[in-house]
Amino acid sequence: MNATDVLRLSAGEAADAIDSGSLAARELFDAYRERAAADRAAGAEGLNCFTWVASQAPAGDAPAPLGGVPLAVKDLFCTEGVPSQAGSRILEGYLPPYTASVVSRLTRAGATLIAKTNQDEFAMGSSNENSAFGVVRNPWDRERVPGGSSGGSAAAVAAGLAPWALGTDTGGSIRQPAALCGIVGLKPTYGAVSRYGMIAFASSLDQAGPLTRDVADAALMLRHMVGRDHCDATSLAFPEEIELPSAERLDGIRLGVPKELTGEGIETGVLDSFQATLVLAQELGAEVQPVHLPHAPHALSAYYVLAPAECSSNLARYDGVRYGYRAPDARDLLDMYTRTRHDGFGAEVKRRIMLGTYALSSGYYDAYYGRAQRVRTKIAEDFRTAFSDVDFIVTPTAPTVAFRLGEKTADPLAMYLNDYCTVPMSLAGIPAISIPGGLSEGLPVGFQIAGPAFSENRLLDGAHALERAIGFDGDAARV
Amino acid sequence: MARLARLALSEEELEPMARELSAVLDHIARMGELDLSEVPPTSHVVEVTGALRPDEPRPCLPREIALAQAPAVSDGGFLVPSPQA
Repeated sequence: MNATDVLRLSAGEAADAIDSGSLAARELFDAYRERAAADRAAGAEGLNCFTWVASQAPAGDAPAPLGGVPLAVKDLFCTEGVPSQAGSRILEGYLPPYTASVVSRLTRAGATLIAKTNQDEFAMGSSNENSAFGVVRNPWDRERVPGGSSGGSAAAVAAGLAPWALGTDTGGSIRQPAALCGIVGLKPTYGAVSRYGMIAFASSLDQAGPLTRDVADAALMLRHMVGRDHCDATSLAFPEEIELPSAERLDGIRLGVPKELTGEGIETGVLDSFQATLVLAQELGAEVQPVHLPHAPHALSAYYVLAPAECSSNLARYDGVRYGYRAPDARDLLDMYTRTRHDGFGAEVKRRIMLGTYALSSGYYDAYYGRAQRVRTKIAEDFRTAFSDVDFIVTPTAPTVAFRLGEKTADPLAMYLNDYCTVPMSLAGIPAISIPGGLSEGLPVGFQIAGPAFSENRLLDGAHALERAIGFDGDAARV
Repeated sequence: MARLARLALSEEELEPMARELSAVLDHIARMGELDLSEVPPTSHVVEVTGALRPDEPRPCLPREIALAQAPAVSDGGFLVPSPQA
């Protein structure tokens, strides 16, 4: 195989080629390593997808079934002896003494760590403009954002700088960048994947998931991610093996379209693409019907209480004592804490810590945190009710296509509104996948499909059938 | 609030942050429209049972590895500035 052909293979195809002996794992690793290293070396002149790139292929053969297929991993995951900073200055120089469980699972299945990917600091952001490593550019248009917070992972996969990547999703951080970069992104059921070693942002919402070129790769990666882990008490045994998707039709599948998430606030071009995908779904045999998620319009409010509240608590550990950055020449202990956190955290992280501290403070707890947890109960109920009538709920993934760098940085609320269609599923803990639905103004539009908890196999099958019918061409993004 | 959050924010940083957070809090206040008096708060989104495990000792990080990433160490512990200057 020549180098170009090698880079065209999906991760699953590459694993099969290695298994059959038609491709050497080393050849595949080197082809990607060279491209990733070039992007890293180009800094702000490149896409800036990576925070670290392996200097050479590991010695020895990787095990089957993945046989050494290279994996890019979001900087949020701890990787033993490999810099892991969560995109933050406060973890400058941090070399974790252990590896995140999900990364270990994937490497035990034969994936090989090739690079760490850029991200919004501590996964807080929707544009990858909040990183100590600088902004990531969208490979479809370098003046635009790749989405976030898993922006480096999404841009790397879309640009063909990595065969696939691991990301995390708290309120849309896998699905939204996947949509904006024209690739597939899956947020699994809450608890399906261990969070041990995944640097915490909002623990009741955080979940790891795949960013891939196609739905089959998302299934393949997920198969080697799920399972109970004694190091994460919220992790669950997945009730069945994750299958590779095979469906070509959607006969008898009922798709629910919530008017609350498909109307006001969604760009016309995005809605046009969404409607076109619904027509394709009907041609494949699906029934499309309206559903109601009456509390979904309040999801963003609840999310922007709960996530900052949990973040303010989780990020209390960054105090300059045990790891990472410490402000020099402190007068006393308190001065060391406050200046370390001032210098080490970026503006968005500070904003969320302040918001969360406020929401949890005495006298405000019931009005904010308590109320948001009740809204969350209603949102989860809305989904349960809807799923008694339909198999899946479908929406656009993001209200807009990729926006310009700097366009929303001055207005945090405008940035938060990007998560409008992804946050409700996060609050309900249910799985949701974004697949490329088409283009609007030459930029990718994501189509989101959500199902009940643990419906990943059916969800992947449905997404696979739709993906075949859509026939999205992501070639324009390859570098 | 900045003191509670252990963040040293200057006056120049506080003003824009107060403005931005007010806009976000105004949006959040829309939750007030809902009658939630009979609704229990969410404790966990996915039904979990049997999360208990046997309470057995397991190896943990050796002290020298736990200390290896610290900005300052002394006598087998983390070294910090005095609480009172």
